[in-house]
Amino acid sequence: MYAREELLACAVARLIGEARHVAVGAASPIPAAGALLVKQKNRSLRLSMLHKRDGNPFSEGSRELFDLAGQGRIDVFFLGGAQIDGEANINLVRAEGRRFPGSFGSAFMYAVVPNVILFREEHSPRVLVPKVEFVSAAGDPKALLTGKALFSWQKERRRFRLESLHDGEDIRSLTGFHYDAPAVVPRTPAPSTGDLEILRGVVAREMAANYPDFARRVWGID
Amino acid sequence: MTPVELAAQIPDGARIALPPDYSMPAMAVVRELILQKKRNLRLLGVPVLGMCADLLIGAGCVAEVETSAVSLGEAGLAPRFTEAAEKGEIVVRDATCPAIHTALQATEKGVPFIPLRGVLGSDLLKQRSDWRVVQNPLESGTDPILVVPAISPDVALFHARWADEAGNVWVGRRRELATIAHAAKKCLVTYEELRAGDMLEDELLAPGVISAAYVTQVASAPRGAWPLGVAGLYAIDDAHLLRYARAAKTRDGFEAYLSEFVCTPEKSSSPAPSPA
Repeated sequence: MYAREELLACAVARLIGEARHVAVGAASPIPAAGALLVKQKNRSLRLSMLHKRDGNPFSEGSRELFDLAGQGRIDVFFLGGAQIDGEANINLVRAEGRRFPGSFGSAFMYAVVPNVILFREEHSPRVLVPKVEFVSAAGDPKALLTGKALFSWQKERRRFRLESLHDGEDIRSLTGFHYDAPAVVPRTPAPSTGDLEILRGVVAREMAANYPDFARRVWGID
Repeated sequence: MTPVELAAQIPDGARIALPPDYSMPAMAVVRELILQKKRNLRLLGVPVLGMCADLLIGAGCVAEVETSAVSLGEAGLAPRFTEAAEKGEIVVRDATCPAIHTALQATEKGVPFIPLRGVLGSDLLKQRSDWRVVQNPLESGTDPILVVPAISPDVALFHARWADEAGNVWVGRRRELATIAHAAKKCLVTYEELRAGDMLEDELLAPGVISAAYVTQVASAPRGAWPLGVAGLYAIDDAHLLRYARAAKTRDGFEAYLSEFVCTPEKSSSPAPSPA
Protein backbone atom coordinates (compact mmCIF):
# COMPACT_ATOMS: atom_id res chain seq x y z
CA MET A 1 0.00 0.00 0.00
CA TYR A 2 1.17 3.48 -0.81
CA ALA A 3 -0.30 6.96 -1.07
CA ARG A 4 -0.85 8.61 -4.44
CA GLU A 5 1.54 11.36 -3.35
CA GLU A 6 4.25 8.73 -2.87
CA LEU A 7 3.72 7.36 -6.38
CA LEU A 8 3.93 10.90 -7.77
CA ALA A 9 7.10 11.66 -5.78
CA CYS A 10 8.70 8.53 -7.26
CA ALA A 11 7.63 9.60 -10.77
CA VAL A 12 9.21 13.02 -10.12
CA ALA A 13 12.39 11.30 -8.91
CA ARG A 14 12.65 9.30 -12.18
CA LEU A 15 12.17 12.51 -14.20
CA ILE A 16 14.93 14.27 -12.25
CA GLY A 17 17.27 11.41 -13.15
CA GLU A 18 20.93 12.38 -13.15
CA ALA A 19 20.49 16.14 -12.74
CA ARG A 20 23.17 18.10 -10.86
CA HIS A 21 21.03 20.98 -9.58
CA VAL A 22 17.28 20.99 -8.97
CA ALA A 23 15.35 24.01 -7.73
CA VAL A 24 11.94 23.59 -6.09
CA GLY A 25 9.47 26.37 -5.35
CA ALA A 26 7.03 27.03 -2.54
CA ALA A 27 3.80 25.42 -3.66
CA SER A 28 5.45 22.15 -4.66
CA PRO A 29 5.48 19.56 -1.89
CA ILE A 30 5.39 16.56 -4.28
CA PRO A 31 8.28 17.80 -6.46
CA ALA A 32 10.15 18.57 -3.22
CA ALA A 33 9.55 15.03 -1.91
CA GLY A 34 10.70 13.58 -5.25
CA ALA A 35 13.84 15.71 -5.24
CA LEU A 36 14.62 14.77 -1.62
CA LEU A 37 14.24 11.11 -2.59
CA VAL A 38 16.79 11.55 -5.38
CA LYS A 39 19.10 13.40 -2.99
CA GLN A 40 19.12 10.39 -0.66
CA LYS A 41 20.45 8.21 -3.47
CA ASN A 42 22.71 10.80 -5.12
CA ARG A 43 24.44 12.89 -2.46
CA SER A 44 26.11 15.10 -5.06
CA LEU A 45 22.73 16.47 -6.20
CA ARG A 46 22.37 20.14 -5.33
CA LEU A 47 18.81 20.80 -4.21
CA SER A 48 17.71 24.42 -3.79
CA MET A 49 14.44 24.75 -1.88
CA LEU A 50 13.53 28.33 -2.71
CA HIS A 51 11.19 29.11 0.11
CA LYS A 52 13.18 27.71 3.03
CA ARG A 53 12.64 30.19 5.83
CA ASP A 54 15.79 29.17 7.68
CA GLY A 55 18.97 28.14 5.93
CA ASN A 56 17.76 29.42 2.55
CA PRO A 57 20.22 28.41 -0.19
CA PHE A 58 20.66 31.95 -1.55
CA SER A 59 22.64 34.90 -0.24
CA GLU A 60 22.10 37.40 -3.09
CA GLY A 61 18.35 37.88 -2.59
CA SER A 62 15.56 36.56 -4.74
CA ARG A 63 17.29 37.43 -8.00
CA GLU A 64 20.00 34.80 -7.43
CA LEU A 65 17.78 31.91 -8.58
CA PHE A 66 17.17 33.65 -11.90
CA ASP A 67 20.81 34.57 -12.34
CA LEU A 68 21.78 30.93 -11.70
CA ALA A 69 19.16 29.71 -14.16
CA GLY A 70 20.13 32.28 -16.78
CA GLN A 71 23.70 30.95 -16.70
CA GLY A 72 22.51 27.37 -17.09
CA ARG A 73 23.40 26.38 -13.54
CA ILE A 74 19.95 24.91 -12.82
CA ASP A 75 19.10 21.67 -14.62
CA VAL A 76 15.56 20.98 -13.44
CA PHE A 77 12.70 23.28 -12.44
CA PHE A 78 8.98 22.69 -11.91
CA LEU A 79 6.19 24.83 -13.29
CA GLY A 80 2.43 24.51 -12.88
CA GLY A 81 -0.52 26.44 -14.18
CA ALA A 82 -4.15 27.32 -13.63
CA GLN A 83 -4.37 26.14 -17.24
CA ILE A 84 -1.97 24.03 -19.31
CA ASP A 85 -2.65 23.49 -23.00
CA GLY A 86 -1.76 20.90 -25.63
CA GLU A 87 1.09 23.08 -26.90
CA ALA A 88 2.64 23.08 -23.41
CA ASN A 89 1.79 26.73 -22.76
CA ILE A 90 0.99 27.57 -19.14
CA ASN A 91 -1.36 30.23 -17.76
CA LEU A 92 -0.93 31.66 -14.27
CA VAL A 93 -2.73 34.97 -14.88
CA ARG A 94 -6.45 34.67 -15.65
CA ALA A 95 -9.14 32.28 -16.87
CA GLU A 96 -12.93 32.38 -17.09
CA GLY A 97 -13.06 35.85 -15.59
CA ARG A 98 -10.98 34.82 -12.60
CA ARG A 99 -7.69 36.41 -11.70
CA PHE A 100 -4.80 34.24 -10.47
CA PRO A 101 -1.68 35.41 -8.63
CA GLY A 102 0.50 35.99 -11.73
CA SER A 103 3.28 34.53 -13.83
CA PHE A 104 6.06 34.61 -11.18
CA GLY A 105 9.36 33.71 -12.88
CA SER A 106 7.81 31.25 -15.34
CA ALA A 107 8.22 33.36 -18.50
CA PHE A 108 11.97 33.31 -17.92
CA MET A 109 12.54 29.90 -16.31
CA TYR A 110 10.62 27.98 -18.98
CA ALA A 111 13.06 29.29 -21.61
CA VAL A 112 16.36 29.00 -19.77
CA VAL A 113 16.11 25.82 -17.68
CA PRO A 114 16.86 22.77 -19.88
CA ASN A 115 14.53 20.37 -18.04
CA VAL A 116 11.22 21.95 -17.05
CA ILE A 117 8.74 19.51 -15.58
CA LEU A 118 5.13 20.66 -15.74
CA PHE A 119 3.33 19.43 -12.64
CA ARG A 120 -0.31 19.83 -11.71
CA GLU A 121 -2.14 17.34 -9.51
CA GLU A 122 -5.60 18.20 -10.79
CA HIS A 123 -6.24 16.37 -14.05
CA SER A 124 -9.44 17.85 -15.46
CA PRO A 125 -10.73 19.55 -18.63
CA ARG A 126 -10.77 22.78 -16.60
CA VAL A 127 -6.98 22.66 -16.17
CA LEU A 128 -5.86 20.75 -19.28
CA VAL A 129 -7.36 22.91 -22.00
CA PRO A 130 -7.05 23.08 -25.81
CA LYS A 131 -5.70 26.66 -25.65
CA VAL A 132 -4.80 28.71 -22.56
CA GLU A 133 -6.53 32.09 -22.21
CA PHE A 134 -3.23 33.78 -21.41
CA VAL A 135 0.26 32.49 -22.17
CA SER A 136 2.30 33.20 -19.04
CA ALA A 137 5.15 31.15 -20.42
CA ALA A 138 5.88 29.01 -23.46
CA GLY A 139 8.59 26.42 -23.88
CA ASP A 140 9.61 22.84 -24.40
CA PRO A 141 9.04 20.85 -21.22
CA LYS A 142 10.60 17.52 -20.40
CA ALA A 143 7.27 16.10 -19.23
CA LEU A 144 3.81 16.85 -17.87
CA LEU A 145 2.93 14.98 -14.70
CA THR A 146 -0.61 15.09 -13.30
CA GLY A 147 -2.40 13.21 -10.54
CA LYS A 148 -3.54 10.65 -13.11
CA ALA A 149 -0.98 10.46 -15.90
CA LEU A 150 2.54 11.12 -17.17
CA PHE A 151 3.04 12.68 -20.61
CA SER A 152 6.26 13.24 -22.49
CA TRP A 153 6.67 16.25 -24.80
CA GLN A 154 7.41 15.72 -28.47
CA LYS A 155 9.30 18.85 -29.42
CA GLU A 156 9.16 18.28 -33.20
CA ARG A 157 5.44 17.42 -33.26
CA ARG A 158 4.61 20.04 -30.59
CA ARG A 159 2.32 17.51 -28.95
CA PHE A 160 2.19 15.55 -25.72
CA ARG A 161 2.45 11.77 -25.74
CA LEU A 162 0.83 9.76 -22.98
CA GLU A 163 3.51 7.62 -21.34
CA SER A 164 1.70 6.04 -18.42
CA LEU A 165 -1.44 6.09 -16.30
CA HIS A 166 -1.17 5.97 -12.52
CA ASP A 167 -4.22 3.81 -11.88
CA GLY A 168 -5.34 2.75 -15.35
CA GLU A 169 -8.32 5.11 -15.44
CA ASP A 170 -9.20 6.37 -18.95
CA ILE A 171 -8.32 10.05 -19.15
CA ARG A 172 -9.60 11.01 -22.63
CA SER A 173 -12.68 12.74 -21.27
CA LEU A 174 -10.66 14.42 -18.50
CA THR A 175 -8.11 15.92 -20.89
CA GLY A 176 -9.11 19.00 -22.87
CA PHE A 177 -6.31 18.76 -25.42
CA HIS A 178 -5.38 16.13 -28.01
CA TYR A 179 -2.33 13.98 -27.42
CA ASP A 180 -0.67 10.89 -28.85
CA ALA A 181 -0.89 7.59 -27.02
CA PRO A 182 0.47 4.08 -27.53
CA ALA A 183 -2.03 1.30 -28.32
CA VAL A 184 -1.55 -0.12 -24.86
CA VAL A 185 -0.82 2.47 -22.20
CA PRO A 186 1.48 1.20 -19.43
CA ARG A 187 0.80 1.79 -15.75
CA THR A 188 3.08 4.21 -13.91
CA PRO A 189 5.43 1.98 -11.87
CA ALA A 190 4.47 1.59 -8.23
CA PRO A 191 7.01 2.87 -5.69
CA SER A 192 9.60 0.26 -4.77
CA THR A 193 9.84 -0.97 -1.17
CA GLY A 194 13.20 0.75 -0.88
CA ASP A 195 11.86 4.10 -2.13
CA LEU A 196 8.87 3.91 0.20
CA GLU A 197 11.22 3.31 3.11
CA ILE A 198 13.28 6.40 2.22
CA LEU A 199 10.16 8.53 1.62
CA ARG A 200 8.56 7.56 4.93
CA GLY A 201 11.78 7.95 6.89
CA VAL A 202 14.27 10.67 6.16
CA VAL A 203 12.24 12.43 3.42
CA ALA A 204 9.11 12.65 5.57
CA ARG A 205 11.14 14.20 8.41
CA GLU A 206 12.77 16.74 6.10
CA MET A 207 9.42 17.59 4.51
CA ALA A 208 7.85 18.27 7.92
CA ALA A 209 10.08 21.31 8.39
CA ASN A 210 9.05 23.09 5.20
CA TYR A 211 5.73 21.53 4.18
CA PRO A 212 4.14 20.77 7.58
CA ASP A 213 0.57 20.39 6.26
CA PHE A 214 1.67 17.97 3.57
CA ALA A 215 3.81 15.87 5.96
CA ARG A 216 0.89 15.66 8.39
CA ARG A 217 -1.60 14.63 5.70
CA VAL A 218 0.53 12.05 3.91
CA TRP A 219 2.69 10.61 6.69
CA GLY A 220 0.95 11.71 9.89
CA ILE A 221 4.04 13.61 11.04
CA ASP A 222 3.57 16.59 13.33
CA MET B 1 11.45 59.49 13.52
CA THR B 2 8.38 57.24 13.72
CA PRO B 3 6.47 55.07 11.23
CA VAL B 4 3.82 57.83 11.24
CA GLU B 5 6.37 60.37 10.03
CA LEU B 6 7.78 57.97 7.44
CA ALA B 7 4.31 57.38 6.00
CA ALA B 8 3.73 61.13 5.88
CA GLN B 9 6.69 61.43 3.47
CA ILE B 10 4.98 59.24 0.87
CA PRO B 11 2.70 61.39 -1.31
CA ASP B 12 -0.46 60.24 -3.06
CA GLY B 13 0.36 58.72 -6.43
CA ALA B 14 3.88 57.64 -5.42
CA ARG B 15 5.42 54.58 -7.05
CA ILE B 16 6.56 52.43 -4.12
CA ALA B 17 8.87 49.43 -4.40
CA LEU B 18 7.90 46.77 -1.86
CA PRO B 19 9.58 43.46 -0.97
CA PRO B 20 7.78 40.12 -0.83
CA ASP B 21 6.20 39.02 2.44
CA TYR B 22 9.26 36.87 3.23
CA SER B 23 11.68 39.77 2.86
CA MET B 24 10.92 42.19 5.68
CA PRO B 25 8.09 44.47 4.59
CA ALA B 26 7.61 47.60 6.74
CA MET B 27 4.16 46.59 7.95
CA ALA B 28 3.99 49.30 10.61
CA VAL B 29 4.27 51.91 7.83
CA VAL B 30 1.83 50.03 5.59
CA ARG B 31 -0.80 50.28 8.34
CA GLU B 32 0.02 53.95 8.73
CA LEU B 33 -0.45 54.58 4.98
CA ILE B 34 -3.97 53.18 5.38
CA LEU B 35 -4.68 55.39 8.40
CA GLN B 36 -3.38 58.45 6.54
CA LYS B 37 -5.75 57.57 3.66
CA LYS B 38 -3.11 57.62 0.93
CA ARG B 39 -4.57 57.35 -2.57
CA ASN B 40 -3.48 56.28 -6.07
CA LEU B 41 -0.31 54.56 -4.90
CA ARG B 42 1.52 52.55 -7.56
CA LEU B 43 3.01 49.42 -6.03
CA LEU B 44 6.01 47.68 -7.51
CA GLY B 45 6.46 44.09 -6.27
CA VAL B 46 10.12 43.09 -6.09
CA PRO B 47 9.45 40.64 -7.49
CA VAL B 48 6.13 39.56 -5.92
CA LEU B 49 3.66 40.98 -3.42
CA GLY B 50 1.58 39.56 -0.60
CA MET B 51 -0.29 40.70 2.46
CA CYS B 52 1.08 44.22 2.55
CA ALA B 53 -0.20 44.92 -0.98
CA ASP B 54 -3.50 43.18 -0.29
CA LEU B 55 -4.11 45.41 2.73
CA LEU B 56 -3.33 48.59 0.77
CA ILE B 57 -5.50 47.51 -2.16
CA GLY B 58 -8.44 46.58 0.09
CA ALA B 59 -8.16 49.91 1.89
CA GLY B 60 -8.47 51.79 -1.41
CA CYS B 61 -4.93 53.22 -1.38
CA VAL B 62 -3.80 51.70 -4.69
CA ALA B 63 -4.33 52.63 -8.35
CA GLU B 64 -1.83 50.27 -9.94
CA VAL B 65 0.35 47.26 -9.21
CA GLU B 66 3.30 46.13 -11.27
CA THR B 67 4.37 42.69 -10.12
CA SER B 68 5.13 39.11 -11.05
CA ALA B 69 2.43 37.83 -8.71
CA VAL B 70 0.31 38.70 -5.68
CA SER B 71 -0.37 35.84 -3.30
CA LEU B 72 -0.54 34.99 0.39
CA GLY B 73 1.62 31.91 -0.18
CA GLU B 74 0.44 28.97 1.93
CA ALA B 75 -2.61 31.01 3.00
CA GLY B 76 -3.82 31.09 -0.61
CA LEU B 77 -4.95 33.85 -2.98
CA ALA B 78 -4.67 37.49 -1.94
CA PRO B 79 -8.41 38.18 -1.74
CA ARG B 80 -8.54 41.98 -2.02
CA PHE B 81 -6.09 41.99 -4.93
CA THR B 82 -8.04 39.24 -6.68
CA GLU B 83 -11.37 41.04 -6.37
CA ALA B 84 -9.97 44.44 -7.36
CA ALA B 85 -8.26 42.92 -10.42
CA GLU B 86 -11.36 40.97 -11.47
CA LYS B 87 -13.55 44.07 -11.14
CA GLY B 88 -11.02 46.26 -12.92
CA GLU B 89 -10.66 48.57 -9.92
CA ILE B 90 -6.89 48.61 -10.19
CA VAL B 91 -4.48 48.51 -13.12
CA VAL B 92 -2.36 45.35 -13.06
CA ARG B 93 0.90 45.49 -15.02
CA ASP B 94 1.91 41.85 -15.11
CA ALA B 95 5.63 41.13 -15.15
CA THR B 96 7.97 38.22 -14.50
CA CYS B 97 10.39 38.08 -11.57
CA PRO B 98 13.76 38.50 -13.33
CA ALA B 99 12.39 41.36 -15.49
CA ILE B 100 11.74 43.37 -12.33
CA HIS B 101 15.07 42.52 -10.71
CA THR B 102 16.93 43.28 -13.92
CA ALA B 103 15.10 46.56 -14.60
CA LEU B 104 16.04 47.76 -11.10
CA GLN B 105 19.65 46.71 -11.69
CA ALA B 106 19.63 48.85 -14.84
CA THR B 107 18.84 51.85 -12.62
CA GLU B 108 21.62 50.81 -10.21
CA LYS B 109 24.01 50.99 -13.15
CA GLY B 110 22.55 54.20 -14.57
CA VAL B 111 21.71 52.64 -17.96
CA PRO B 112 18.34 53.22 -19.70
CA PHE B 113 17.46 49.60 -20.50
CA ILE B 114 18.79 46.10 -20.05
CA PRO B 115 18.44 42.82 -21.95
CA LEU B 116 16.91 39.67 -20.51
CA ARG B 117 16.72 36.14 -21.91
CA GLY B 118 13.48 34.17 -22.07
CA VAL B 119 9.98 35.69 -22.06
CA LEU B 120 9.68 35.41 -25.89
CA GLY B 121 6.39 33.65 -26.63
CA SER B 122 4.73 34.93 -23.46
CA ASP B 123 1.59 37.07 -23.69
CA LEU B 124 3.28 39.39 -21.19
CA LEU B 125 4.94 40.93 -24.25
CA LYS B 126 1.57 41.85 -25.75
CA GLN B 127 0.58 43.66 -22.56
CA ARG B 128 3.85 45.42 -21.95
CA SER B 129 4.24 48.08 -24.61
CA ASP B 130 7.27 49.33 -22.65
CA TRP B 131 9.10 46.02 -23.28
CA ARG B 132 10.77 45.49 -26.67
CA VAL B 133 12.20 42.50 -28.48
CA VAL B 134 15.33 43.53 -30.41
CA GLN B 135 18.02 41.78 -32.40
CA ASN B 136 21.17 41.18 -30.35
CA PRO B 137 23.41 43.90 -31.85
CA LEU B 138 26.59 41.94 -31.09
CA GLU B 139 25.49 38.81 -32.95
CA SER B 140 25.50 38.43 -36.74
CA GLY B 141 23.01 35.53 -36.75
CA THR B 142 19.37 35.95 -35.76
CA ASP B 143 19.15 36.35 -31.99
CA PRO B 144 16.03 38.13 -30.72
CA ILE B 145 16.25 39.30 -27.11
CA LEU B 146 13.96 41.20 -24.76
CA VAL B 147 14.99 44.61 -23.45
CA VAL B 148 13.21 46.19 -20.50
CA PRO B 149 13.43 49.83 -19.43
CA ALA B 150 15.18 50.76 -16.19
CA ILE B 151 12.77 51.18 -13.26
CA SER B 152 13.31 54.00 -10.79
CA PRO B 153 10.67 53.87 -8.06
CA ASP B 154 9.82 57.05 -6.15
CA VAL B 155 10.13 55.26 -2.82
CA ALA B 156 11.74 52.08 -1.51
CA LEU B 157 10.01 50.99 1.70
CA PHE B 158 11.14 48.10 3.92
CA HIS B 159 12.07 46.95 7.41
CA ALA B 160 15.59 46.20 8.64
CA ARG B 161 17.08 44.18 11.47
CA TRP B 162 19.30 47.06 12.59
CA ALA B 163 19.99 50.71 11.93
CA ASP B 164 23.13 52.34 13.31
CA GLU B 165 24.29 55.76 14.42
CA ALA B 166 25.85 56.37 10.98
CA GLY B 167 22.48 55.94 9.26
CA ASN B 168 23.26 52.54 7.73
CA VAL B 169 20.76 49.69 7.89
CA TRP B 170 21.38 45.93 7.98
CA VAL B 171 19.24 43.54 5.92
CA GLY B 172 21.58 40.54 5.79
CA ARG B 173 21.05 38.26 2.85
CA ARG B 174 17.90 40.07 1.68
CA ARG B 175 19.79 41.74 -1.11
CA GLU B 176 16.67 42.62 -3.13
CA LEU B 177 16.24 45.30 -0.48
CA ALA B 178 19.64 46.71 -1.38
CA THR B 179 18.66 46.72 -5.05
CA ILE B 180 15.50 48.75 -4.40
CA ALA B 181 17.36 51.08 -2.05
CA HIS B 182 19.93 51.71 -4.80
CA ALA B 183 17.30 52.22 -7.51
CA ALA B 184 14.73 54.36 -5.67
CA LYS B 185 14.69 58.14 -5.46
CA LYS B 186 13.88 57.97 -1.75
CA CYS B 187 14.52 55.09 0.66
CA LEU B 188 12.46 54.83 3.87
CA VAL B 189 13.36 52.12 6.36
CA THR B 190 11.96 51.00 9.69
CA TYR B 191 14.28 49.07 11.99
CA GLU B 192 14.01 46.57 14.76
CA GLU B 193 16.90 47.79 16.90
CA LEU B 194 19.46 50.60 16.93
CA ARG B 195 23.16 49.72 17.14
CA ALA B 196 25.87 52.00 18.39
CA GLY B 197 28.64 52.98 15.98
CA ASP B 198 29.03 52.29 12.26
CA MET B 199 28.27 48.78 10.94
CA LEU B 200 30.45 49.37 7.88
CA GLU B 201 33.46 49.25 10.21
CA ASP B 202 32.54 45.69 11.23
CA GLU B 203 33.86 43.21 8.63
CA LEU B 204 31.27 40.56 9.53
CA LEU B 205 28.28 42.88 9.42
CA ALA B 206 29.31 45.01 6.43
CA PRO B 207 28.21 42.57 3.66
CA GLY B 208 24.62 42.73 4.96
CA VAL B 209 24.58 46.53 5.22
CA ILE B 210 22.88 49.08 2.99
CA SER B 211 25.01 52.19 3.23
CA ALA B 212 23.54 55.44 4.55
CA ALA B 213 24.37 56.90 1.12
CA TYR B 214 21.16 55.30 -0.13
CA VAL B 215 18.98 55.67 2.96
CA THR B 216 16.81 58.77 3.18
CA GLN B 217 15.19 58.26 6.56
CA VAL B 218 14.89 55.58 9.24
CA ALA B 219 12.31 55.05 11.99
CA SER B 220 12.26 52.76 15.00
CA ALA B 221 9.59 50.07 14.77
CA PRO B 222 10.16 47.08 17.08
CA ARG B 223 8.44 44.05 15.52
CA GLY B 224 7.73 46.38 12.63
CA ALA B 225 7.39 43.50 10.14
CA TRP B 226 4.63 41.79 12.14
CA PRO B 227 2.54 39.81 11.21
CA LEU B 228 5.33 39.00 8.77
CA GLY B 229 8.77 38.07 10.02
CA VAL B 230 12.43 38.93 10.34
CA ALA B 231 14.60 35.85 9.64
CA GLY B 232 16.51 34.70 12.70
CA LEU B 233 14.50 36.95 15.00
CA TYR B 234 10.79 36.23 14.70
CA ALA B 235 8.87 34.07 12.25
CA ILE B 236 5.91 34.94 10.06
CA ASP B 237 2.75 34.76 12.20
CA ASP B 238 1.14 32.04 10.06
CA ALA B 239 -1.99 31.85 12.21
CA HIS B 240 -2.57 35.57 11.80
CA LEU B 241 -1.97 35.39 8.04
CA LEU B 242 -4.51 32.58 7.77
CA ARG B 243 -6.96 34.60 9.83
CA TYR B 244 -6.44 37.56 7.50
CA ALA B 245 -6.85 35.37 4.39
CA ARG B 246 -10.20 34.11 5.71
CA ALA B 247 -11.46 37.52 6.86
CA ALA B 248 -10.49 39.34 3.66
CA LYS B 249 -12.48 36.97 1.45
CA THR B 250 -15.42 39.35 1.90
CA ARG B 251 -15.49 43.15 1.93
CA ASP B 252 -17.19 43.08 5.36
CA GLY B 253 -14.64 40.67 6.74
CA PHE B 254 -11.83 42.87 5.46
CA GLU B 255 -13.37 46.00 7.03
CA ALA B 256 -13.71 44.14 10.33
CA TYR B 257 -10.04 43.10 10.11
CA LEU B 258 -9.02 46.70 9.39
CA SER B 259 -10.95 48.10 12.30
CA GLU B 260 -9.53 45.49 14.67
CA PHE B 261 -5.88 45.38 13.58
CA VAL B 262 -5.18 48.63 11.74
CA CYS B 263 -7.52 51.32 13.03
CA THR B 264 -7.38 50.43 16.72
CA PRO B 265 -4.06 51.82 18.00
CA GLU B 266 -3.50 49.30 20.79
CA LYS B 267 -3.91 46.38 18.37
CA SER B 268 -2.27 47.94 15.36
CA SER B 269 1.09 46.46 16.13
CA SER B 270 2.56 43.21 17.23
CA PRO B 271 0.97 41.43 20.20
CA ALA B 272 4.43 40.63 21.58
CA PRO B 273 7.46 42.81 22.26
CA SER B 274 10.43 42.58 19.90
CA PRO B 275 12.82 39.78 20.85
CA ALA B 276 15.64 42.09 19.81
